[in-house]
Amino acid sequence: MNRKKDQILRTKFPERLCHWMIVLCFFLAATSGISWFLPTFAWLSGLLGTPQMARILHPFLGIAVFVGLCYMFVKFVKYNLPARTDAIWFRNIRGVLLNNHEQPLRIGKYNAGQKLLFWAIMASIIVLLVSGLIMWRAYFSEYFTIPVIRLAILVHSVAGIGLILLILGHIYLAIWVRGSVSGMVTGYVSKAWARQHHDRWADELDAKEAAPGRGKP
Amino acid sequence: MNSQNIVRRSATSAATPAPQIRDHQMEVAKLIDVSICIGCKACQTACNEWNDLRGEVQENVGVYDNPRDLSPDSWTLMRFTEHEDESGKLEWLIRKDGCMHCEDPGCLKACPIPGAIVQYANGVVDFQSDLCVGCGYCVAGCPFDVPRISKVDNKAYKCTLCSDRLAVGQAPACAKTCPTGAIAFGSKAEMQDLAATRVAELNERGFDNAGLYDPAGVGGTHVMYVLQHADDPERYAGLPKDPKISAAVSGWKDVLKPAAAVAGAVAVAGMVAHYIGVGPNDVDEGDHPEGDAENAETQPRQAAE
Repeated sequence: MNRKKDQILRTKFPERLCHWMIVLCFFLAATSGISWFLPTFAWLSGLLGTPQMARILHPFLGIAVFVGLCYMFVKFVKYNLPARTDAIWFRNIRGVLLNNHEQPLRIGKYNAGQKLLFWAIMASIIVLLVSGLIMWRAYFSEYFTIPVIRLAILVHSVAGIGLILLILGHIYLAIWVRGSVSGMVTGYVSKAWARQHHDRWADELDAKEAAPGRGKP
Repeated sequence: MNSQNIVRRSATSAATPAPQIRDHQMEVAKLIDVSICIGCKACQTACNEWNDLRGEVQENVGVYDNPRDLSPDSWTLMRFTEHEDESGKLEWLIRKDGCMHCEDPGCLKACPIPGAIVQYANGVVDFQSDLCVGCGYCVAGCPFDVPRISKVDNKAYKCTLCSDRLAVGQAPACAKTCPTGAIAFGSKAEMQDLAATRVAELNERGFDNAGLYDPAGVGGTHVMYVLQHADDPERYAGLPKDPKISAAVSGWKDVLKPAAAVAGAVAVAGMVAHYIGVGPNDVDEGDHPEGDAENAETQPRQAAE
């Protein structure tokens, strides 16, 4: 691939592919979910054909999201473990949100907010999976009592709304931080982008380049 | 009576209500007098005949209940309870189970599909099965455990109170066929009067706790029972003492739903405001002429803040 010199690979092809597969499945699962949660948006279930088809496909799409996230978890968990330097990001959250790039925040491959998002997504998908299986009428509901199913529906709604709001924020931040979307599409970000948004990660890459085969990823 | 006047529709907001203009609707009710039911199951058969239901033949499991439970193709059935009181006296309590046609139906409240469950002005709660998606929310919403989802077509089914017969001035098939008169049908007021007469008779016969089962927790029902022991309805195969829509269902529909709608709107508005106020988070690429131009544009704004 013909890449400009100042570009660095941030996300590998399988990870990008997985991300965008999750995007598609989550979009369809979330829109059909909203169509039932807020009947004013009942027409959203039309994205999957008919309301009946949406009901059939919604759980399978959810499971596809879960499977995709399992892969993401394996691939990204090591970058999302809490680090001492995360505190700097939290302390400067106001500056971060106001586009103020003056002081270095010592951000690794992912900033503290992204790490929180990572764990919140992983937690909500587990809750959604378990509650979703309990309320899955076609296959599993008959094994549970009605009070348990009621609770599962409530919990599924809470987790679903929570995840949708998180993902809305995720989408917004990706659009707001220029270069993020193209980074997730092509896999490449500019060195300047890396330095501005993930300075510690950029340092690590430089160190790795300086001492090939010895630096940490 | 105008039986086909829909007044409540599932998944329909108060801003877009079902028709409400006809205001002299007679509410109907079915009154089941448990004290004179002989458990002959003629009502079950009549229901199957009228509604063209042919359930699978099941095995006898040593009790009279047959079929053993409500199902997509058994919308009503007799539940036989052998109750022994403290003095050792045996009572054979036979209750005809099926949809109670609540004034405030939990199934309708829980249903996420617009119009898949409707309530007519006469009180009948009916499933529009062609719209049903088989999510089973009605099952979770019902305080009486009545709707059943078919494994054949993944749609919910239950007693319709023979809404098709009512529409042409006929009584429900079960009431029409009952040989002892244990099932009466008419306006709700008439049925309440009739129940009062029968309760008085039962009181005379020594059933001090006889009474009408028309639970207020669901706003009353359009299928009511005369019970010998109205103080303890659970004696009759677990008829709930104080049925009401579960807090989980109300919490989800009345609290979480509006809260989530507001949260979503606030989140989107917040993002728009943030973008307009702060502007895009650009990177100073240095060697990009167009990047410089963009930065030049954003610089004064940052300075202003």
